[in-house]
Amino acid sequence: MNAAAIQQYLDFAYILAVVLFILALKWLSSPVSARRGVLAGEVAAGLAVVATLCNPELVAYKWIVIALIIGAGIGIPLGMVKITAVPQRTALSHAFGALSAAMIGIAEYYVGLGHISRFEMGEIGMEVIIGSLTFTGSLIAAGKLQELLPQRPIVYKGQNIVSFSVFGAAIGLATALVVHPEHAVLFPIMVIVALVFGMLLVTPIGGADMPTVISLLNSYAGFSAALLGFVLNSKVLIVAGALDGSSGFILSVIMCKAMNRSFSNVLFGAFGTIQTSVTETKERPVRSASAEEAAEILDAARKVVIVPGYGMAVAQAQHKLRELHDVLTKRGIDVSFAIHPVAGRMPGHMNVLLAEADVPYDRLIEMDEINPEFPRTDVVLVVGANDVVNPAARLDKNSPIAGMPILNASEAQTVMVIKRSMSPGFAGIDNELYYLDKTLMLFGDAKTFVTGIVKELNAVAAGS
Amino acid sequence: MPADFISNLYVFILAGFVGFGLIKRVSPLLHTPLMSLTNALDAIAVAASFSNMVGGFLITDRMIRMFKSGKAKKS
Repeated sequence: MNAAAIQQYLDFAYILAVVLFILALKWLSSPVSARRGVLAGEVAAGLAVVATLCNPELVAYKWIVIALIIGAGIGIPLGMVKITAVPQRTALSHAFGALSAAMIGIAEYYVGLGHISRFEMGEIGMEVIIGSLTFTGSLIAAGKLQELLPQRPIVYKGQNIVSFSVFGAAIGLATALVVHPEHAVLFPIMVIVALVFGMLLVTPIGGADMPTVISLLNSYAGFSAALLGFVLNSKVLIVAGALDGSSGFILSVIMCKAMNRSFSNVLFGAFGTIQTSVTETKERPVRSASAEEAAEILDAARKVVIVPGYGMAVAQAQHKLRELHDVLTKRGIDVSFAIHPVAGRMPGHMNVLLAEADVPYDRLIEMDEINPEFPRTDVVLVVGANDVVNPAARLDKNSPIAGMPILNASEAQTVMVIKRSMSPGFAGIDNELYYLDKTLMLFGDAKTFVTGIVKELNAVAAGS
Repeated sequence: MPADFISNLYVFILAGFVGFGLIKRVSPLLHTPLMSLTNALDAIAVAASFSNMVGGFLITDRMIRMFKSGKAKKS
C-alpha cells in the first residue's frame, strides 16, 4: 500500500473518532447512558492514537513509546485518586493538557524556524501563549485546591494593572514575532511572560470562585488544543479541542450565572477585598440545639431537604449524610438534597461526592427544581453551606452577593444549620438565615454532628 | 494563508456549535465527569498527554459508575 492510500484510511479512522467523540458527549446527557459515553470516548481516543501511530511519516517510535509509558505512569495514578481529590486532579490535568499543547507549539516554532510564515507564526504565538498561561494558572489552582497554597484571594494594590501589563507584554512579543518570525530571541521571552501571566491570573482568586476558574481553565486548555490542531493541520484535534473548549466555556457561563457575576468580575473582581467593607459585627443571639433535639425534629418531619456545601466536602460528611438519608427514608420521611451549581470547588462537585457515598442520583435536586419545594418542606438541614443559602442575596441590594440565585432555605418551616462557629463564609458576609426564629444552629464538625443525629434516630427506632 | 486553513476553520466552527448544543443538554449531575471526559478527549493531541487520557477515562468511568438511581438500587 502506498503512502497516499494509507493516509486515506487514517483519515477515515479520524472521522470515525470524531463521530464517537460527539456520541460520547451526547450519551453523557444522562447518568443512564453516561457509561456508554465514556466507552465511546475511550474507543475514539484509542482509534485516534492508533491512527496517528500508523502514520507513515512517523519516525521516532522509540520516543513515542517512552512518552506513552511516562504518560501512562502519570495518568493511571491520576485516574485512581480519591473522589474527594477530583477538583485538584482536574486542575492538574488541565495543566498537563495545556503544557503538552504549549510544548508542541514551541517545537513547531523551532522546527520551522527560518521558513515560518507570518500566518503560522500568529497561530503558534496564540497557541503557545494560551497553553503557557493555562499551564501555570492550572498549577496555581491545583495548589490552592490541595491547600498547598492559601485558598484566600491574594491581592495587592495595582494588581490588575500589573497583570494586564504582563499580558500586554506577551501579546506585544507575539505581535513582534509575527512581524519578524526570525527573531528567535523573542520567542522564549514570550513563553516566560505568558507563564508569569498565568500565575498572576489565578493567584488573586479565592477558593469559592474555583468552580468558575476551573471551568475557564478547562475552556482555555480546549481552545489551545484546537489552535494546536490548526498549527498541526489535524482536524480531529480541532474537533476535540472545540468540544472541550465549548464545554469549559458553557460551564463557566453556568457558574457565573449561578453567582450573578460576570467573567471579568470573577477574574479581576474585588470579591476578596469586600470583607473590609462589612461594618456590622455585633454579637447577635442565635438559637442552638443538640444532636438529640435535632434528631427529634427530623423524626417529626415529613419532608426534609439537605443542603450540602464545601464544608461537607471538608468534613467528609457525605457518607454519614447518606446514612441519615437512609434512616429517615426508612421512617417514611421524604429526603432530598438541594444542589446549588457553585456549591463546592468545581462544577458538579457535590453530586460526585454524594454519588460516591451511594446517594441515589434522583435524590440530588437542582436549584431551580427544589426552590418551589421549600415552602412545603418541614426541615432544611444545611451542612457546610453558607453563601448559597444567604437571603441577603435576594433582600439586600448592597450585599456583595446581591442578585446571586440562592436556595430558598429560609422558606422552610424549620432550618437547621450545622456549622463549626459563627464565623462568616468566604464572602465575609453575615448570614441573616442564622438569626431567624425558625433557625437552629448545630455547632460542631459536620461529620461528628450527623453521626450523632443518626445515632439518636437509631436509638429512637430501637426504643419504639 | 495556508490552503487548509479555511477548511479547518469550517471544522472548528461546526464542532463548536455541535459542542454547544450537546453540552447544554448534559445533566448538571454529571458536570464533573463531563469536565474530565472532554479533558481526556483533547489529550489525543500527542502521546505526551497520554497521562490525561488514561487518567481522565479512568476517573470519569469511576465517577459515572457511582451514579445509581433509587430504583436500580432496590431491584
